[in-house]
Amino acid sequence: MLGRTAHGLFWMFRYLERAENTARLLEAGFHMALTRDVATAEEEWRSAIEAFGLRAGYEAKHGTYTGHQAWNYLLRDPENQASVLAMIGAVRTNARAARNAISGELWEAINESWMEISGLLARPVAQGSVGEAVQIIRRAGTAVHGAMNGSMLRNEGFHFARAGTFVERADCVARILDMKYYLLLPSLSYVGSSLDTGQWDQVLRSVSGDRAFRWLNAGQIDARGIVEFLVLDDRFPRSIAFCHSALRDELAALARIHGTEGTSNALMRESATRIADLTIDGIFEMGLHNFLLEFTAANGAIADAIAEDYRFQS
Amino acid sequence: MYEADGKFDEMRTVDGSVRPAYRDYRHWYDQQESAFLSRKHREAEIAFRRTGITFNVYGEQEAEERLIPFDMVPRIITAAEWRRLTRGIEQRVRATNAFIHDLYHRQEIVRAGRLPARLLHDNDAWLQHMVGFTPPGEIYTHVVGIDLVRTGPDEFLVLEDNARTPSGVSYMLQNRETMMAMFPELFTRVPVETVSDYPRRLAKSLAACAPVAAAGCKPTVAVLTPGIHNSAYFEHAFLADQMGAELVEGSDLRVVNGRVAMRTTRGYEPIDVLYRRVDDEFLDPLTFNPDSVLGVPGIMDVYRAGGITIANAPGTGVADDKAIYSFMPEIVEFYTGEKPLLPNVETWRCADRDSLAYVLDHLEDLVIKEVHGSGGYGMLVGPAASKRDLAAFRRKLKAKPQNYIAQPTLSLSTCPIFTRRGLAPRHVDLRPFVLVSPEGIDIVPGGLSRVAMRKGSLVVNSSQGGGTKDTWVLKD
Repeated sequence: MLGRTAHGLFWMFRYLERAENTARLLEAGFHMALTRDVATAEEEWRSAIEAFGLRAGYEAKHGTYTGHQAWNYLLRDPENQASVLAMIGAVRTNARAARNAISGELWEAINESWMEISGLLARPVAQGSVGEAVQIIRRAGTAVHGAMNGSMLRNEGFHFARAGTFVERADCVARILDMKYYLLLPSLSYVGSSLDTGQWDQVLRSVSGDRAFRWLNAGQIDARGIVEFLVLDDRFPRSIAFCHSALRDELAALARIHGTEGTSNALMRESATRIADLTIDGIFEMGLHNFLLEFTAANGAIADAIAEDYRFQS
Repeated sequence: MYEADGKFDEMRTVDGSVRPAYRDYRHWYDQQESAFLSRKHREAEIAFRRTGITFNVYGEQEAEERLIPFDMVPRIITAAEWRRLTRGIEQRVRATNAFIHDLYHRQEIVRAGRLPARLLHDNDAWLQHMVGFTPPGEIYTHVVGIDLVRTGPDEFLVLEDNARTPSGVSYMLQNRETMMAMFPELFTRVPVETVSDYPRRLAKSLAACAPVAAAGCKPTVAVLTPGIHNSAYFEHAFLADQMGAELVEGSDLRVVNGRVAMRTTRGYEPIDVLYRRVDDEFLDPLTFNPDSVLGVPGIMDVYRAGGITIANAPGTGVADDKAIYSFMPEIVEFYTGEKPLLPNVETWRCADRDSLAYVLDHLEDLVIKEVHGSGGYGMLVGPAASKRDLAAFRRKLKAKPQNYIAQPTLSLSTCPIFTRRGLAPRHVDLRPFVLVSPEGIDIVPGGLSRVAMRKGSLVVNSSQGGGTKDTWVLKD
């Protein structure tokens, strides 16, 4: 496979994942805004914007954090290069460039999703349509992954696409968790105290983990439990441990196909060993923020090594 | 009421009966509910949007990708008509290939006084680098598209020879796919020749032209595209996909150890046959346009050393110049020793003083074309032109007569299209696709039928609002 095509597939799925995570975060913020007071809602929108590193761009345009401004900025603002609309556009552009490396079904799923989303986001999104927008974006992710799983050859291209998915998902979850960290802080000194459950819920909702968490931890809700769930629980498909275990499989598959291991495999092994040895106590000892910083750096280094190992660029 | 306004209609005879080619189709059509047909008409557009079969239009930001209108009534050709056509096309393509080889070698045709030397010197597509060089298998025109028009039951004329990079074959294939998906029962009732193996035949034909460097192993074929912003990108990707070939861009390629190689995830791997959809001048910045980023620095040296086959060969464009076109009957006769089976459209070369005088006198009745133009741009259709356009062309003709040819306004045949009011006749042309290799000339039974969607219009180019139709060659 061409290095350029591998590059395109890897990033195509990173963009898709980022769009989907933006939508999930936005959904949580939207829910928060409906159930909380204005000040909390404003803080929630600020953190949503900041989680994806968009604060400077947003504040250059808007002086305040209102829901309408925030969700339109995240979804469709032409000045926001990381908007959902821009991401989905980039997914389709990459898919066109890699057209002969993906199945027809996958292309159609992407093209149809793009048509639907770009149609929906052609005009500012009113409050009544936010839910629909989020739902369509999530469904696009499901349709694209489904088409890929059901129709793509298990060749290099498939593994580059999946690797992109998990690199990005782990990165997004780490960013969101880091951003919400301050919400968890107070409870660390008062283990067992009754922190507002609405805020707990919010942390979980941001990564669509609220139901899964409740299901696994009936009644037991505390900071440790949540962090453990989002970082270490490899049953939850958006946890850091799950993403890294999946990424490791993809990189191993690539190494098998190529008959040789590269720097990415070595870094991956290092990072995986580190996570396997981690306990929730260890994480809190080093500080969640420090842990997440270290993790996103390691995750980024793996992504760079993949690009290098497989000649994404000349 | 279906009333043909042209001289010849593909479906209907003058006395109102249905021609044999359309008998089965028309029978089926008359049994369909009009609501059903209208629904299918809408479905077709949705299908094309969904599969992303679009073409890009330069300079239009809003509608960066447009659909070429698709009409769901097939253009139908009988087996006997097709046999006759293919004989004529084969003869013409054989002559064209021999002609190009001669031009870059001894130029016998010029020595024999059958072609003025001026036509070579004035020709923008002439490539000095090709002089004395023979490409692998002596093949220049690996893929050719011959544009045909019809003016009567037995009158097919060649309007244009596309010997550089003919496009549109993906529409031939997708139009058929769409028709089969929409009207499966039609194909059980009408015996139609298949076109779907074109990509396989293309891959085979290209592989048969592999260079010496590839001897002994299965040749690696790649399609070179200028990139996703090119108007024909969809076709490049489609053909690469269907052939199982890599779709490469200039930035993927470099010369490594005397071969043109592509950057894969495993390192650089050599390419044997490059089906390039990039124009000559962008092919090699070291040899041609130094600013080009679409090509490969040094590819021409590799080519001349026998390290790669470039399809079509650089410099092939000399043969599809419109001034050369006017000599095609002589060219066919010179290289095949036979009378041309397919006639040209009568053509006045404005470089000749007498012709120019005639053309200026009859501007209102003629079609004027730029010698190097294509795609329906820079063209004057006399009968449809305003007084201002006519005056402007009169000035251009007087200033640079050698840049123009003139042809009569042909009464192109009409073919039914589906409209809200039922079937209506529109003018069509036909572009069959021809594959050339040392193993022979291969013509897929079908082609691209382009249709003017507006009533009375004679311009079928997609860039000018023309549409396409599925083209059926009937089995015996």
